[in-house]
Amino acid sequence: MKNLISQTINDLPFSGIRKFFDLVSEMDNVVSLGVGEPDFATPWHIREEAIFSFEKRRTAYTANAGMLDLRRGISKYMKKYNLDYCPKTEVLVTVGASEGIDIALRALINKGDEVLVIEPCFVAYKPCVIMAGGIPVSVPTSAKNDFKVTAKDIEKRITKKTKAILISYPNNPTGAVIGLKELEEIATVLRGKNIAVISDEIYSELIYGDAKHISIASLEGMRENTVVLNGFSKAFAMTGWRLGFACGSEAIISAMTKIHQYTIMCAPTASQYGGIEALKNGMANVELMRKEYDGRRRFMLKELREMGMDCYEAKGAFYLFPSIKKFGMSSEDFCAKLLKQERLAVVPGSVFGESGEGHFRCAYAYSMESLKEALVRLKRFISGI
Amino acid sequence: MKVSRKDILNLLEKNAKLTAGEIAVLIGAKESEVASEIKKLEDEKVICGYGAFVNWEREDDKKITALIEVKVTPSRGEGFSRIAERIYKFSEVKATYLMSGAYDLAVIIEGRTLGEVAGFVSDKLAPLDSILSTATHFVLKKYKDHGIIFNDKEGAGERQLISP
Repeated sequence: MKNLISQTINDLPFSGIRKFFDLVSEMDNVVSLGVGEPDFATPWHIREEAIFSFEKRRTAYTANAGMLDLRRGISKYMKKYNLDYCPKTEVLVTVGASEGIDIALRALINKGDEVLVIEPCFVAYKPCVIMAGGIPVSVPTSAKNDFKVTAKDIEKRITKKTKAILISYPNNPTGAVIGLKELEEIATVLRGKNIAVISDEIYSELIYGDAKHISIASLEGMRENTVVLNGFSKAFAMTGWRLGFACGSEAIISAMTKIHQYTIMCAPTASQYGGIEALKNGMANVELMRKEYDGRRRFMLKELREMGMDCYEAKGAFYLFPSIKKFGMSSEDFCAKLLKQERLAVVPGSVFGESGEGHFRCAYAYSMESLKEALVRLKRFISGI
Repeated sequence: MKVSRKDILNLLEKNAKLTAGEIAVLIGAKESEVASEIKKLEDEKVICGYGAFVNWEREDDKKITALIEVKVTPSRGEGFSRIAERIYKFSEVKATYLMSGAYDLAVIIEGRTLGEVAGFVSDKLAPLDSILSTATHFVLKKYKDHGIIFNDKEGAGERQLISP
């Protein structure tokens, strides 16, 4: 059977997350801090709108690029990040930001092109680059620099073959955010070069303290070559709806729409109705959820530090990324032992790229009770090492 | 940074068991500041009390709740407040609101039996001076109270244990 499968896919490993998932699913009584999604349900007014769409027989395909009303809503929403996109030509509704990553890369990459991938990062970036025929080039970041990528580290890795750069702040798995100064420096390196920026901003709403989300596309001269990816999953607790969007120049969005039209047709219709309602009336709920996450973030950070974990203060998404270097084991070993001994699931940092080694990702998108129980187990575990 | 009274109130309104220390961590403030702000809120009667939300239907010791629409003649100089005060001082009365619309006061009464509530309305409430009429509506079932869904069937939902 093996030779039926394409060489590229054959060579592509399964995500390290999957291996861990298999381990976890065989166990009982597991407390998990391992998810990458909100613990809230989608706010009811959004669910109600999708139910209503079914009742009204709105069960057909929509326009390939998504319903114009939704694209208008997205265009209006993006203004909050100082970005102005034409709803008709510069906005594409996708099946989650995940589809956006895939089709942005396929729209941009020629075989053999290099794509800079800022790490640690979402597990799909590198495989998507490879499936698009590109060559991923890691740009590592570290806790020393609060996991902010530096312009220098990017510049060092730019070659004649560099076609695109994949960047995501607020970041999964580190929770890192990036400021205007750092983005300006990056923009200075990229300006005038024929390098596209794919900016995955799926966590843009989940940002805490004095941090503020800035899109690299909003910096001078950056709009033309940048695709901004975002979606409804994290902000509105709509992961299962599979609804995202891409915004960019007409040239890029039209190329992406071509792929989207042949492979997806359109994002699910009921989800799009939910999305329209979310953007129209959902921002107050986003703020409520954000505040709740922020409280848990402060709580987790304090507790982790008090038990002696070395953890920098993440100001975005809903993850903390503590260091385990002082325990002298690989992140995979640490997490496997933690799971076996204490039935506590967290994700080894190494699955998010080499520079994630020596860390684990714990999500705080859980109730306070679950977080407290997880902390008890973690504390017992590290005191026994 | 000044502690936000609103943040404290929002947290306590949802969970009155939170300690000043816990609130301090959640909102990123000092415990002593939070404690003194709570004290102030209590002194100013912004926080009027602490209690548990009880679903009495789950207990054998059931309670009957009724909402009574009351039409009254306001008194000169004191408007509706004088009669409202005479009503809300009864211990059976759990809430009294001045309303816009078809009637003047909404009075929420709790009792152990239908008879007890009906007796209260006919013996105590209706005969009061300046009450023109009452209409008693018994609550048959409470689905949601004080923002809390009783018997929430949705639960926590299902999530994968690990996801990217």
